[in-house]
Amino acid sequence: MAAVIEFDRVTLAFDDQVVLRDVSFTLEEAHTKIVIGASGSGKSTILRLILGLLKPDSGAITINGERVDRLTEEELMRIRGGLGMVFQEGALFDSLTVRENVGYRLFEETSMPIPEVDARVQEVLGFVELAEFTDRMPSELSGGQRRRVAIARALTSKPRLLLYDEPTTGLDPITALTVDHEIIKLRDIEGVSAMLVTHQLRDAFYIATHEAVGQGSRLEFPVAAPAKADMTEFIMLKDGAVAFEGHADDLRHSDDPYLKAFLS
Amino acid sequence: MTWLAQWLKHSLQEVQDYFLLLGKVGRGLVTRPFYARDVMEQFDAIGAGSLTVVLLTGTFTGMVLALNSGITLDKFGARSMVGQLVSASMVKELGPVLTALIVCGRVGSSIAAELGSMTVTDQISALRALGTDPVRKLVIPRVVAGTLMVPVLTVIADGVGLVGAWLIAVTQLKVPAAPFWNSVVNGLYIEDVWMGLIKPFFLGFVLVSIGCYVGLQTRGGTQGVGRSTTNAVVAGSVVILAVDFLLTKFLFMVMY
Repeated sequence: MAAVIEFDRVTLAFDDQVVLRDVSFTLEEAHTKIVIGASGSGKSTILRLILGLLKPDSGAITINGERVDRLTEEELMRIRGGLGMVFQEGALFDSLTVRENVGYRLFEETSMPIPEVDARVQEVLGFVELAEFTDRMPSELSGGQRRRVAIARALTSKPRLLLYDEPTTGLDPITALTVDHEIIKLRDIEGVSAMLVTHQLRDAFYIATHEAVGQGSRLEFPVAAPAKADMTEFIMLKDGAVAFEGHADDLRHSDDPYLKAFLS
Repeated sequence: MTWLAQWLKHSLQEVQDYFLLLGKVGRGLVTRPFYARDVMEQFDAIGAGSLTVVLLTGTFTGMVLALNSGITLDKFGARSMVGQLVSASMVKELGPVLTALIVCGRVGSSIAAELGSMTVTDQISALRALGTDPVRKLVIPRVVAGTLMVPVLTVIADGVGLVGAWLIAVTQLKVPAAPFWNSVVNGLYIEDVWMGLIKPFFLGFVLVSIGCYVGLQTRGGTQGVGRSTTNAVVAGSVVILAVDFLLTKFLFMVMY
């Protein structure tokens, strides 16, 4: 399998505070990596480094075979075209409607005709089951709906790699489950590679241990078959360094006292 | 000493970052993409949106200038020259500076608050993640609109200021209209008009670019947005007055 993301001994510090220390990992195509760790352990920083919003102090970051840590802001725009990012709280543009938010990249950065953009917007909003919300403003949406619109916005340009930053934080368990299902659908139905940062362990394990089966509105989310479960791995960060990397079962049965304490 | 060194280092860093932003603005003005629709929206927000407050400020400034000048000139029996004093003060100095300060209070603060809110809610990062350069999309349209609209607003402020002065001259100072307007024209040299037209371009550029810079540097949630709004107005107002002084000095050297 081709590597979609490669981190090679990446280190980043803000002034005297080291945020990431020699972090290395590889995300393969159609796989998902779930990054967990305490608040301030550097989880979200990994996503910002992948997007090129931050530059590492040392080490190499490769996206689809291209070193992004050496690219200029203009060159990064091209790389970002193949990525989708779901920010914590959604980060929807509050002065734009759902339609304008979801179709933003196509409206502003491409010459695609408006009817085609609208068709794509309807398609992705249908995927997250919010097709009737096109004319609403973000302030008129619930927390869960905002996250799903953010997922739809990230999907509009058909990225092959999605980055989720705390997609279920602050949501009630029922709403969080609908967001979990969207993430599982994208992984299993669309074959999208993903990096997911969260400290919601319930959601992390649910995504890692369930799969989407079926089609259209007849989708079900049973416990994943072993081959499917192997496609999702955990990375545990502790003080900016990788403390664990492996599958859900390995994490659950780890003897490491810190991991045990974190999971309890 | 350590505190002073840190403050100095921090201030220099801020100045450097501000000039880096100006460099990006300069590069963005001559390369694509250019968001023309956003520029038009900002013309409306900065220009048309500031019209009422500029009209009121200009009128009352002209009125109070006429009133004060009239009383002073009375001591010399030169009440009829009130137009000369008002026109020179208004066109050369008060029109550009007061308009810039008023627009700074209204527009500089709103730009800092808007961009600051976008920064702390990750909307700026989302823009970058979606392949849009925030400087091109948000800063350049505001800077272009501010640089071009502040001179227009200044001319309007000058105009209504003179009308306000005329009203006071006629009704309070009992100076007839014809001598007043003659005195207005006599009091102005072409250099004064040029000075009154050149300065607002720089002041508009400065006040909007400071608002954008402060907004994009916002940290610390809603409290940070509040701080940025205040900083944009305070820094903008001080820099407007400093730039006005330097420009006046420079223009005196080259034009008079």
